[in-house]
Amino acid sequence: MRKRILGAVALSAAMLAGTGGLTACSSDSGSDSKTLTYWASNQGSSIQNDKDVLGPELKKFTKQTGIKVNLQVIGWNDLLNKITTATTSGEGPDVVNIGNTWSASMAATGAFVDFDKSHMDQVGGQDKFLATSMSSTGAKGKTPASVPLYGLSYGLFYNKKMFADAGISKPPASWQELVTDAQKLTKGKQYGITLAGASYTENAHFAYIFGQQQGGDFFKNGKPTFTSPQNVKAVQQYTDLIAKDKVATPASAEHTTTNDAIEDFTSGKAAMLLGQNNTNTGIEAAGMKKSEYAVAPIPMLDPLPAGGKAINSHVAGINIAAFKGGNESGAMKLIKFLTSAKEQVILDKAFNALPVTTEAAKAPEFQTPENKMFVNVLAKTSAPMPMITDESQFETTVGNAMKDLIAQAATGKSVTAADVRKSLADAQQKMQSGG
Amino acid sequence: MRESTSFKVIRVVGLAALTLFTVAPLYVMIVSGLKPLSDVQGAFSWIPSHVTVQPFVDIWRTIPLARYFSNSVIVSVSAAAFSVLIAIFASYAISRWDFRGRQLFRITVLSTQMFPGILFLLPLYLIFVNIGQTTGIALQGSRVGLIITYLTFSLPFSIWMLVGYFETIPRGLDEAARVDGAGPMRTLWSVVLPAAKPGIVAVGIYSFMTAWGETLFASVMTNDTSKTLAIGLREYSTQISVYWNQVMAASLVVSVPVVVGFLLLQRYLVQGLTAGAVK
Amino acid sequence: MTATDTAVREGRRAGKGSKDSRVRRVARHRWLPYVLLAPAIIFELLVHVIPMLTGIGISFLKLNQFFLRRWLEAPFAGLSNYRYGVDFHGSIGMALLKSFGVTIAFTIVVVGFSWLLGMFAAVMLQRSFRGRALLRTLFLIPYALPVYAGVIVWKFMLSRDNGMVNHLLAQLHITDGHTFWLLGNNAFVSIVVVAVWRLWPFALLTLMAGMQSLPTDVYEAAAVDGAGMWQQFRKLTLPMLRGINQVLILVLFLWTFNDFNVPYTLFSSSIPPSADLISIHVYQSSFLTWNFGLGSAMSVLLLLFLLVVTGLYLLFTSRRSRRA
Repeated sequence: MRKRILGAVALSAAMLAGTGGLTACSSDSGSDSKTLTYWASNQGSSIQNDKDVLGPELKKFTKQTGIKVNLQVIGWNDLLNKITTATTSGEGPDVVNIGNTWSASMAATGAFVDFDKSHMDQVGGQDKFLATSMSSTGAKGKTPASVPLYGLSYGLFYNKKMFADAGISKPPASWQELVTDAQKLTKGKQYGITLAGASYTENAHFAYIFGQQQGGDFFKNGKPTFTSPQNVKAVQQYTDLIAKDKVATPASAEHTTTNDAIEDFTSGKAAMLLGQNNTNTGIEAAGMKKSEYAVAPIPMLDPLPAGGKAINSHVAGINIAAFKGGNESGAMKLIKFLTSAKEQVILDKAFNALPVTTEAAKAPEFQTPENKMFVNVLAKTSAPMPMITDESQFETTVGNAMKDLIAQAATGKSVTAADVRKSLADAQQKMQSGG
Repeated sequence: MRESTSFKVIRVVGLAALTLFTVAPLYVMIVSGLKPLSDVQGAFSWIPSHVTVQPFVDIWRTIPLARYFSNSVIVSVSAAAFSVLIAIFASYAISRWDFRGRQLFRITVLSTQMFPGILFLLPLYLIFVNIGQTTGIALQGSRVGLIITYLTFSLPFSIWMLVGYFETIPRGLDEAARVDGAGPMRTLWSVVLPAAKPGIVAVGIYSFMTAWGETLFASVMTNDTSKTLAIGLREYSTQISVYWNQVMAASLVVSVPVVVGFLLLQRYLVQGLTAGAVK
Repeated sequence: MTATDTAVREGRRAGKGSKDSRVRRVARHRWLPYVLLAPAIIFELLVHVIPMLTGIGISFLKLNQFFLRRWLEAPFAGLSNYRYGVDFHGSIGMALLKSFGVTIAFTIVVVGFSWLLGMFAAVMLQRSFRGRALLRTLFLIPYALPVYAGVIVWKFMLSRDNGMVNHLLAQLHITDGHTFWLLGNNAFVSIVVVAVWRLWPFALLTLMAGMQSLPTDVYEAAAVDGAGMWQQFRKLTLPMLRGINQVLILVLFLWTFNDFNVPYTLFSSSIPPSADLISIHVYQSSFLTWNFGLGSAMSVLLLLFLLVVTGLYLLFTSRRSRRA
């Protein structure tokens, strides 16, 4: 009798052990000096595509340094979760991509290698990076915990034929002109512009960018100042497109990512689209030909209000960081490799991103008019999102507030300045108490 | 039994409405999987502009669908098997013995149904990491970790049901077995289990479905090699486009085996849930 | 072979006299239930109980991105996380309360409809007719589909410009085909529809199973007495299913209340306020903003609420069945 019980328990244990053996897992941390674990973000058209692009490059790296790289490509849905758990548990990769707006928050965790002078020199020195890209690596005055990897900036994508049909010969040179152009283009089922109105990240980006143009600031001395009149105007500048000027497709309120907005653009429902430079991959994947559309810098308010800055994009992009406690020397080598001019040219071209180093920016591949324009925007007229540790909270509170305003407008209700102010005040309260 | 005409009418209308309600999304799924990408990105059409099976080919390339599928199957079947086994033991103990702590155990088991997943997601991950650091068996990021997690998720409801089910099996059978010289384990094996087969199948299906569809813990506990379908399918929505036709095609492909299995076992399920729920 | 013979033989097998073997059999089996329970207890402790207690502990800490790495050193916050949660004048507490209200309304409506549809279909499918097996099969498919697949197809269908629902409504001339289903108040309707679509097959299954075991002679007697369908249902079917219904409705309530998958897949991170379900709300207020202490506190408040509701529910329904 006892034997039978023991037998059952032993059988179960054996099954568990057996399954464990069969389903042997791969450890995430490669902390011996000959291997590196690298968590890359999804930059290409699919996770497989990212692997196809990075694979050969990483092989080159292995040939050069003898260090083997265990690559994992993680979708944006999961990346933040995984970094969080890796930070909490101390068990993570050696190298990881991060959205550059996360830089300050990531630095605050203390889990990443600080790029002081010695580490900076190991990856090629701070001066090799574009000044604007560097500005997005952390709070001013604090040692950065990541360095730039891929650059992105915003542009205005427009449909050449629709513009020609409406008698518009060149892209708008000022924001006011954009609105009037959009009004000319809005007739019947066609609209002037499409937005990703349900994406809190896109909304927050534009609130910030227009805020800069209006001369406002969302944070002063570390305290949120969302309800200043300039910020209200900034948010209204964006929401008016759908609320007052009625030139944005109503479906904009449903678009949770720029991808969804791309469909409006490529199907001819909207003539303009505000997107980051890698949007053209999506546009062409949807079947639109390169000859059918063109890109221009997003026009700014003309004239700029008092105190306003000439900013028409935030410093968008991806940074790369190294976890402390892993194969730090190997990580520095990999980061140096990926930010070398040669690799920058290859990877940025493959992912439709912009180079983050001055040397790579000079490469002939980036001298096409379109690329030059984007590089110009990134280098001259972009500003980093607030490099504060609660940046993600800023995006969720303000971005979601705008999403609700846009939804309100799309369902036919009006959105007044008072509505905007109240909405921002609410967001500010959430921001303050959530710390 | 006579059925009034009004009853017949209600039945036909009601069932027809429910059929449409159930089938509409299924139709959209099937037809979208057969459309080219431009079709699904544009206005909806009942029939594809031209029928193409390309999505069904592409789905295997865009994401490692086969790997995610096999991971899901391995994890879900294992979790279900272990969960059922453990539940059988526990339910047998609860229904056949009156021991100290019996009530406490039942109440704790019930209360686990109310735990919001967010609350213990991070701590569980930390526990797995600690186990990994002390014993060298890395549970986080492995299929074993997921199996352990999922089998526990379905345990409370399984135990609850099986206890109810075991209680309906007359003690007389137990007695007869004991009188014939069988110990408690032998009784379990030869008397109780065969009589409880439908309940066990029901509980097995429930455990499988719990593991099959879970996303929150899967997103945190898996890595590239161990990722399951539940979160893997999300990868058809990428930085660049949402490949709707592939999403639909993949959803169909991975659902077919589950639905087939489900239907084959439906017979047991229906019988099984009966007495298991009646206390 | 008589029973006594086997007992004697077992006793001899134990190696002692019959009296001793009887004592040993009882003594031997006293530890058996604990052994049988052991695996369940171990897993429950490992995966449910200890993490839960840790989570509750976190709710008393100020755990944000600064302390994530060394979370044991995070400063003690006492009840301040809870205070944010219950301060209904503050924006966080107000948002939590609103989300809570939305979730309660959502759960009641979804459970109500799922149960009603399940009950209706179970009764309609009780008597055999041609095609019954096919229909039963068909109705169970939404439950068998992976959650992501089932919900994403609805998201696709409810899209304003390219979705099937608006297309159909326009074709039938019921609306102009430009309704927003995923925004504003309609979002609540949408998420209810999707949740019911997935859930009612489970109710159907359970109820069908329950009705299988109902004695048919009672119904025949009632029919002879002149009772119509509706009366039979009210006076016979419902009371006899009380046990199953008690369990079913509780389980449906708990699952729906805590559901994360459906709202997350339907809306990802852009939840309209009318569909702001509590599980997503807590997730957004904690994981997305690195404020884990607050998120844990909110989850604990949720747990307390559910404990109270379940306790009251069981008390209420058990008392009624005792009276009946």
